[in-house]
Amino acid sequence: MPFDISLLTVEIILAALGLAILVMGLIIPSNTKRGLGPITVIGLIAALASAIATWNVQGSLFEGMFLVDQYATFFKITCLSAAVLVTFGCMKYVDQMKAQGEYYSILVFSVLGMSVMASAGDFITLFIGLELMTIAFIILVALNKRSAKSAEAGIKYVILASISSAALLYGLSLVYGMSGTIMIYDVARMVVGGSVSPLFVFGLVLLVAGLGFKISTVPFHMWSPDVYEGAPTPVTAFLAVGSKAASFAILLRLFMGGFIGVAETWVLLVAILAAMSMVIGNLLAIPQTNIKRMLAYSSIAQAGYILVGLVAATEAGVKGVMFYSFLYVFATMGAFVVVTAVYDKVKSDEIADYAGLAQRAPLLAVVLTISMLSMAGIPPLAGFAGKLYLFKAIIADYFWLALLGLIMSMISVYYYLRVCLVMYRDEPIDNTPIKTSGNVTVVLVVAMIATIILGIYPGPLSEVTNTAASTFFLH
Amino acid sequence: MLTTISPMHFVVLSAALFAIGLFGAITKKNAITVLICIELMLSAVNINLVAFNMFVTPEAFIGQIFAIFVITVAAAEIGVGLAIMLTIYRNKLSVDLDDFDWMKW
Repeated sequence: MPFDISLLTVEIILAALGLAILVMGLIIPSNTKRGLGPITVIGLIAALASAIATWNVQGSLFEGMFLVDQYATFFKITCLSAAVLVTFGCMKYVDQMKAQGEYYSILVFSVLGMSVMASAGDFITLFIGLELMTIAFIILVALNKRSAKSAEAGIKYVILASISSAALLYGLSLVYGMSGTIMIYDVARMVVGGSVSPLFVFGLVLLVAGLGFKISTVPFHMWSPDVYEGAPTPVTAFLAVGSKAASFAILLRLFMGGFIGVAETWVLLVAILAAMSMVIGNLLAIPQTNIKRMLAYSSIAQAGYILVGLVAATEAGVKGVMFYSFLYVFATMGAFVVVTAVYDKVKSDEIADYAGLAQRAPLLAVVLTISMLSMAGIPPLAGFAGKLYLFKAIIADYFWLALLGLIMSMISVYYYLRVCLVMYRDEPIDNTPIKTSGNVTVVLVVAMIATIILGIYPGPLSEVTNTAASTFFLH
Repeated sequence: MLTTISPMHFVVLSAALFAIGLFGAITKKNAITVLICIELMLSAVNINLVAFNMFVTPEAFIGQIFAIFVITVAAAEIGVGLAIMLTIYRNKLSVDLDDFDWMKW
């Protein structure tokens, strides 16, 4: 089989970009380092454009270890969009941290890890992509050396991430031992229709635990509120979106691609995790006073909603996961860019300090409101369409889970609207308007328009996710 | 006699090692000890991989190559962990996990 290097275009662009920024960050004088942000944005947009341009390209490299299909390309586009938005929207915050070279290059490497994960066809590629992303995120979380909270978040993240990686690897080693192969789709052929040994099932449980940590489902969620609060806000935003989307890509590839033949052994476990995440994430979000912690608990709940697509274990479920991951990018990025912009001015993440934001910065208040209502699933915003596709996939077999999701969505409206109430009803302590720079405004408007349009007119994205989900089962 | 050793012996050994490592990682208070316990868990993985390579796919080096990747990446991860501990030690003069309570744990 000829080696077609063009299948690796996105990864090559990202690797070259990351190395170039790392070198530039070392050699250029520190007063010109502000220019690294725009360079990163241009490079990421080039990678995004090449991912979109190669949408129809399909193939595999290294005898199936690296798969390029529309499913993988879709998740690459999702992660790259998130990276572009977070880089473009949070440049000022990064400049204040004074570590531009390190921040931008490591951010690009984490995107590279995500894109390798999306394309992984075997356990080694999966593991390398996952660790590239995780190690990059560990560094990013602890990057703000002057902040004690950032270092503490870093140490908590590195310990728990390593434990989860070890559990994941132990699971992979058991699956390899019981099936005799590390290729995901070969495992599917080995286990099809047959009964499997208890060790194999134990391996699956460890895999759920290891990946459950990455997507922060209950009971593997303990790290996320602390890490989300302590990490620099742009990193939190990207951790909430990119890392989650890529981990869902790999979770689906493993369980729906590899272990679908033994679905009855893991579906109930995943359903219970999804239910627990929805309940605990939403209930613990209510008493939070720090907006980053509140968004962390809300993202635990969102992980629960997305897991519903895996419970369905059908093409409709895959489609629901892809659709929700994509719209989740815009809602979350909108919310976190607002948090960053407010922090730049107010130097606080407490919800009480958002009082009167509607008078001080109407655009920020509107975008935060729309993003949160989308996360809560209020029609006609994108979150409603996403939840509709997800819960439609399971309504026949798991009615209790769909009902629970509905109830928990209603509860989530309470704490989202509490923030809106503070922004619109309370009088501001300080009346000076918060000015947003041009690029922040662009990101906020893009996030807002995408959230509204995907909700009113979900047809085109739905078609795209349908095609991509259908390529998922072709291998 | 080598022939009397079955794959199950290796699985039991690695499961015991993994359990010891996990127990230590959860209960120990010193961050360095926790990292050492994580290394134990990863060693359990490597034992599994190499043993399964020997018994399940003796004609291909899948498990051994996987084990080499695990060793390399684990070294990188632990390196980052030690670097963060150095930073935090400069702030707090401690690597005791009980001292890291700026945030609600």
